Amino acid sequence: MEQAAQITFQTWRYGWHIRLRLWGRNLRDFLAQLRRHPLPFLAGLIVIAYILAALLAPAITAHSPIKGNLRARFAPPAWEEGGSLTFPLGADDQGRDLLTRIIFGARVSLAVGLWSVGISVVVGTALGALAGYYRGHLDRYLSRFADLLMAFPFLIFAIGVMAFLGPGFTNLILALTFKGWVEFFRLARGEMMAEKAKEYVEAARVAGQHDLGIIVSEILPNITQSVFVLGTLRMGFFIVTEASLSFLGLGIQPPTPAWGSMVAAGRDYLLTAWWVSTFPGVAILLLVLAINVFGEGLRDILDPRLKIE
Amino acid sequence: MRFTKIIERILVTLPIMLGVGIIVFLFMRLTPGDPVDIMMGQGGAVSQGEMAQLRHEFHLDEPIWSQLGYFLADLAHGDLGFSYVQKRPVTELIAERLPATVELAAGALLFALIVAVPIGIISAVRQNTAVDRASMAGAFVGISMPVFWLGIVLILLFSVRLHWLPVSGRVDYDVGLAERTGFYVLDSLLAGNMPALISSLKHLALPSITLGLGVAAIVARVLRSSMIEVLRADYVTLARAKGASEPLVILKHALRNALIPTITVVGLQVGVLLGGNMIVEAVFSWPGLGRLVVNAIFARDFPLIQGAVMVYALTFVMANLLVDILYTYLNPKITL
Repeated sequence: MEQAAQITFQTWRYGWHIRLRLWGRNLRDFLAQLRRHPLPFLAGLIVIAYILAALLAPAITAHSPIKGNLRARFAPPAWEEGGSLTFPLGADDQGRDLLTRIIFGARVSLAVGLWSVGISVVVGTALGALAGYYRGHLDRYLSRFADLLMAFPFLIFAIGVMAFLGPGFTNLILALTFKGWVEFFRLARGEMMAEKAKEYVEAARVAGQHDLGIIVSEILPNITQSVFVLGTLRMGFFIVTEASLSFLGLGIQPPTPAWGSMVAAGRDYLLTAWWVSTFPGVAILLLVLAINVFGEGLRDILDPRLKIE
Repeated sequence: MRFTKIIERILVTLPIMLGVGIIVFLFMRLTPGDPVDIMMGQGGAVSQGEMAQLRHEFHLDEPIWSQLGYFLADLAHGDLGFSYVQKRPVTELIAERLPATVELAAGALLFALIVAVPIGIISAVRQNTAVDRASMAGAFVGISMPVFWLGIVLILLFSVRLHWLPVSGRVDYDVGLAERTGFYVLDSLLAGNMPALISSLKHLALPSITLGLGVAAIVARVLRSSMIEVLRADYVTLARAKGASEPLVILKHALRNALIPTITVVGLQVGVLLGGNMIVEAVFSWPGLGRLVVNAIFARDFPLIQGAVMVYALTFVMANLLVDILYTYLNPKITL
């Protein structure tokens, strides 16, 4: 008995040993290919720059993102008349440095994007894998439910959920994931059904592996690439949705710097201080553009079959 | 044969609508406090007895499944409930705002198609040229663009800097437009009121562009890729071999077939139009359904929110149904 367990453990460990080496090789191949796609490569660097800025925000900014200086109220950007390098992109209605708030705003956007995509990926892929593998009642109910959720336009659904839950970070994540998992569910379910028919799955079953073992260690590794590509592309969408909700006043509440609410706050001063609304929007556009370019590049490299529109 | 397929497709839509109703109902029940509490929050002091009386009137003292029954029955009669905040039926409030929203959506869709169809065709025909690359890069930016920010940038450019177009509203008050249908462009045409027509078109321009740009970007991309595929098809080569002129080949033989997959995508974009509508209406103070909902959210007017979400979802379902039906007409090879 003990010996059998020992052997199982050894096989398991050896399996992971091979898998890790394969992943290492895939990663090297991937990076080599990425270098041949200059635009997605550049986009990836921009995303990394945003992540670093978000992580290091307090270290790279001299101002407070919350406390303003009323004497600097509506200070113009450095290159405009009366501007100075103290406020490179100008200051808002409370005399807060716009660049500082934009850098801190990256924390909100990236955190919302990562959490909502992360939860959607885990929930959607797990349910999709189970539904696609076992089929039957489970699949029927889950697919019906997914179809129902698809009947709501995404933003309307998110606005509806926020209306009932109220604003805030956690509710925002909930509002995005309530419907966000569906795409991953559909993808994983379809891939699972296709993979299940293949020979290696049959081989694993003949070798006596459990269903759950087959799903987790045989099939899932083969669909992670598609999930990863879809996850990247959805990330940009979730970030824009968060910004839209915050713009409407339903997402992250002031004074926490979030790009959407910053654009909304500058709306009253378009005539006198155009920069207050403009620059947070540029920050969103650049990040989302970079994520989307990177995502499409990933798709071209990893999985040319997958197209969502 | 095709007719029965269409009937079948319509029947399939019914349970989805029922499900949408149930989901919306469940969300309403998730909120703390019942409608009577919210109502009393707005009004003065009311005795416990009166509150119990009201609860009984709204069936709130009955089990949840029977409340769901009442809700769905009302829904089937087109009754979306009563707004306690505005003291008026929800259906009435929504119907009042609907023309403004539909006008905006139509303007956006029109703008999207006028821009996207030529771009899609030219990019496909001149594939991999500078024109194609530039249009597709533009489309990519369009897809990534946050709608609310685009609206603000357009206001800054066309209203604040150039003074060409108005910032908000649907029409100038001094043109004396009498409301008949609620569609201002149509109303001013019917009245033969030229200043009103110009004024309402000017007001419509920026919101339509803001809402339509993202749709234009997606449609252009899809049309381009299906055009490229179609241009390689045998029947296009045949048309050319028979000596048809190039514009005829592109517009008649290729475009017609390339439009089939594009229409499905346009149908899905209705969801984007509906969602974006709330944001664009907020940016331009457009007095439509979207503004009604956002204001209702801040007033905690739940029956109104719920009714509007219902209307949005049903519109989306109906739009996709229509697209599916159109699709079968256009493409006899496909059966639903």
